[in-house]
Amino acid sequence: MTRFTVEVLVTPRPGLLDPQGKAIHHALSSLGYDAVEDVRVGKAIYLEVAAATPEDARERAEEMCRKLLANPVTEDFRITAEADGTAP
Amino acid sequence: MKIAIITFPGSNCDQDCHRSIELAGGSPSYVWHRETSLRGADAVIVPGGFAHGDYLRPGAIARFSPIMDAVTAFGEEGGVVVGICNGFQVLCEAGMLPGALLRNESLSFQSHHCRLRVERTDSVFTSGYRKRQVLGMPLSHADGSYYADAGTLAVLEEERRVLFRYCDAQGNASAEANPNGSLKNIAGIVNARGNVLGMMPHPDRAIEAVLGSVDGLPFFESIVGAVAREEVA
Amino acid sequence: MMAGHAPGNGRAPGAGNPRSPATLEAPHPRPGDPAITPELVEDHGLSPDEYAQIRRIMGRQPTFTELGVFSAMWSEHCGYKNSKRLLRLLPTQAPWVIQGPGENAGVIDVGGGHALAFKIESHNHPSAVEPYQGAATGIGGILRDVFTMGARPVATLNSLHFGDLDRPRVRYLFGGVVKGIGDYGNCVGIPSAGGEVYFDRGYEDNPIVNAMCLGLMRTDDLIRGTAEGVGNTLMAVGARTGRDGIHGATFASEELSEGDDEASRPQVQVGDPFTEKLLLEASLELIASGHIVGIQDMGAAGLTSSGVEMAGRSGTGVEMDVALVPVREAGMTPYEILLSESQERMLVVAEAGKEDAVREILEKWELEAETIGSVTATGSFRVLEDGVAVADIPALPLTEGCPTYERQGEEGDEVRALRQMDIAAHTDPPAGLEDAFLRVVGSPNVASKQWVYEQYDTTVRANSIERPGGDAGVIRIPGTKRGVAASTDCNGRHTYLNPRAGAMGAVAEAARNVACTGAVPMAITNCLNFGSPLKPHIQHQFREAVLGMRDACAFLETPVTGGNVSFYNETDGKAVYPTPVIGMVGVIDDVETVVRHAFRDPGDPILLLGSNTGELGGSEYLYVLHGLVAGEPPPVDLAAERALQRCILTMAQLRLLKSAHDVASGGLAATLAECCLGRPRTGRSVGAAVNFADPLPDTALLFGEDHGRAVITCAPEDADRLLLHAENYGVPCARIGTVTEPGAPLEIETPSSRLRLEAETLRKRYYGVIPDIMNQAG
Repeated sequence: MTRFTVEVLVTPRPGLLDPQGKAIHHALSSLGYDAVEDVRVGKAIYLEVAAATPEDARERAEEMCRKLLANPVTEDFRITAEADGTAP
Repeated sequence: MKIAIITFPGSNCDQDCHRSIELAGGSPSYVWHRETSLRGADAVIVPGGFAHGDYLRPGAIARFSPIMDAVTAFGEEGGVVVGICNGFQVLCEAGMLPGALLRNESLSFQSHHCRLRVERTDSVFTSGYRKRQVLGMPLSHADGSYYADAGTLAVLEEERRVLFRYCDAQGNASAEANPNGSLKNIAGIVNARGNVLGMMPHPDRAIEAVLGSVDGLPFFESIVGAVAREEVA
Repeated sequence: MMAGHAPGNGRAPGAGNPRSPATLEAPHPRPGDPAITPELVEDHGLSPDEYAQIRRIMGRQPTFTELGVFSAMWSEHCGYKNSKRLLRLLPTQAPWVIQGPGENAGVIDVGGGHALAFKIESHNHPSAVEPYQGAATGIGGILRDVFTMGARPVATLNSLHFGDLDRPRVRYLFGGVVKGIGDYGNCVGIPSAGGEVYFDRGYEDNPIVNAMCLGLMRTDDLIRGTAEGVGNTLMAVGARTGRDGIHGATFASEELSEGDDEASRPQVQVGDPFTEKLLLEASLELIASGHIVGIQDMGAAGLTSSGVEMAGRSGTGVEMDVALVPVREAGMTPYEILLSESQERMLVVAEAGKEDAVREILEKWELEAETIGSVTATGSFRVLEDGVAVADIPALPLTEGCPTYERQGEEGDEVRALRQMDIAAHTDPPAGLEDAFLRVVGSPNVASKQWVYEQYDTTVRANSIERPGGDAGVIRIPGTKRGVAASTDCNGRHTYLNPRAGAMGAVAEAARNVACTGAVPMAITNCLNFGSPLKPHIQHQFREAVLGMRDACAFLETPVTGGNVSFYNETDGKAVYPTPVIGMVGVIDDVETVVRHAFRDPGDPILLLGSNTGELGGSEYLYVLHGLVAGEPPPVDLAAERALQRCILTMAQLRLLKSAHDVASGGLAATLAECCLGRPRTGRSVGAAVNFADPLPDTALLFGEDHGRAVITCAPEDADRLLLHAENYGVPCARIGTVTEPGAPLEIETPSSRLRLEAETLRKRYYGVIPDIMNQAG
């Protein structure tokens, strides 16, 4: 077994109103960052997982996402696994 | 009429619901989230609060509490289940009600009086009201913006499953009267069978004139009455 | 290092085995401890004289760990070294006072077998560095102070003072503090009952963030923070100990300097309201179980102050092994464990043999409880690390031996000049009376704080009778008709210009606010926010404020049951206004008789209680229209104040009042506007036609902040009875007008002017200003 740092990115589904993203977009515009076309705010979850392979670690994280970490009605998720990495 | 109030670590409207049911003539009892049986309750209330701190997402952790299997089974058998505020969020996360409750459009916690229009009175939850009656009661939440995809919304409307809508004093479900960005001004819905309800505002805080409103009392009276009739039948 | 100790591994060293100090090995320096140098001593906020005294007490050089303990206990925050002598002058007793100063919170008897625990505390320094967490943990701390007395928290109030909102940094602090208070209190499920928000450039660099909590209990459920019963067990309960906030108590006792933001960050404590809620429920269950004899929050200076203070109060000693304390991070030193200010932790003294029962209750609430030591007869605060002594200090000198100072004070030249300034030259409104009226009503100090209090849960627990936005909050005692009322007040400009009159005024105003709801003012808690006491002009402010408070509290029979002193609210030598915040509590027999501030029905007569003297010194008018903080603030006639309050209470009890609202910041202009506007969302606003005959300049009449006044209304047929009652109490009372239709304007006639203020214009000014400012970008 290897220890993997699994990064789960949970983001609002496309098309879902994201008031927080809207507010940040507005703030960035007022600071002069006109090139920003859209802002979406999600969250990052870091898991320390013992698994045989990166695929195995990812698979288990996927199951966790479907069950708990993300709400399928409103959120999408992306998973990356790195062996022996350290979470930032 | 035994009515179970589910208490999670972090529930904080459990006592308000307890008192509401008492005033409505029912017999409330608390059921701790780690229990696995509803102990023969005739109806279930999932009260407001911050179950498990609302960490991750409101209701996301609570839905895995041991008691939730019993609550889900009870609802599937047609038992009356009510989720108020955080309870609504728990029922959505548990899949007992469609959709989700997102962060308020204002991005802030909002605690103030709101008005609701009663959309139908032929339900176990609203038989004590008049059709299109305008109710006043407090709301108090950070994540109360009701969301469902277009298909689900269409089904909710078609099946007349929206029981309460945010409205102004005249009963118009206007954009100005929408406190949190809920789609279609939805404040409360039921499941397809009509026995499971979730709502964001707090009828449990509108049960005495001295608190500013008694508009929540008929809600609890409707439920207690419906359960009692079922028992007799 | 610590992880090896399994839960419940039995007895701590010394448990049930009190030994005499003579047989105990004295602590040695730990490997890696820094040498005790004069610089190190100074870094710990101790003077050379204080250090010499420590050496005398110890009879030897203290270890590094011991130095840390002294530093925390002899900080201003724990030891009150620059305030104690003056605070002794305050009245603290009355037949209804159950617990005066010196405990986690004060307690009064509120009748019917119920007691009210209440306290206010500052979190100014943490909030200046990180407003969200600073304010949140302030709420957490004050809740723990109340529930460790055995009382269930039923309401919070906040007294907040910020700089002017045109500054982006002030908006950042204000927004963060409000969100922090809201997120914490809302999650724990404690309604906010009110408070105050005050803006003035005097607070630009140093916000004042004071949190107050009210808790209710049966009188016989009272428990104190004591470590009684030699052989009883010390248990650490709740969250784990991390490296956060080490030396917060010392930090709170030093002034900030420019650039401190970055350097201070590691000291920021992070609040966990969910754990707090569990701790609250578990603590109340523990207290009810009878398994424990004492409980105290590990607040400022954490395990050190809780351990030392509990031993000090009961005249016992304590011995604990830091290796048994559940920690969040590996490799923490005894120094760090003793001084950590990690939140949501309690020190509990359990009856010997009841440890498992205690643990069982905590486990139900998914919390940890670890035995870490025991109560001894040695009188000392003895700390081990894995059985090896690292600190051994007599407990009493730590709590009682803190050197106290009363320095010579002297009024500052600058403030004397401002106070003596002839403000008569500024009584003319620059752009007319109506403009002045709207600018005063639309100044953030007077304007509605709806933007603030709607972020706080004000209705949870369904006992909120009068919510924020009125004169005082009123909370029903569950299961009864009785209620408790509370208000926090301090007009910083008044206390700056004349600390004695200002402090007296703060007590008077707080009592008046409580009385206006129909509740009898009973007692106060105070939070004294000042600059550095080492400076003569600050010393003068502090002394004068304490004396003013003493006089007012004695005369109004509202004793002081505790509170908090916060010095060093300075940045780069510039101190905040002296801000002695008063948290007043009162009792009402029947919440159905609560009086609210809003005018109700057209045709109701409007009466003014008290007389208009036109005091513009230190007024909102001078600040907003002329940019001035100057003049002699309004004097307080305590006898007239008492008569006014008793008069209002009688009228309320007889149910003769349809509304009552005190006159304060912004003067009659603010009061009348608020009475007409009523409450947002639920209430309807009405108009009023008012006529004054006073021979005063218009601005003095409308914006003067003279104490001892209230605007009341009644049913038309009761007006004569009100006039009669006022006469009986010797309170001047005049009919000044009539309530008019909803939507009608507020019309005011004075000997020299007529004003007509449209309802919509007033509404926009009063409700719009704060949201408009806060919703603009940045």
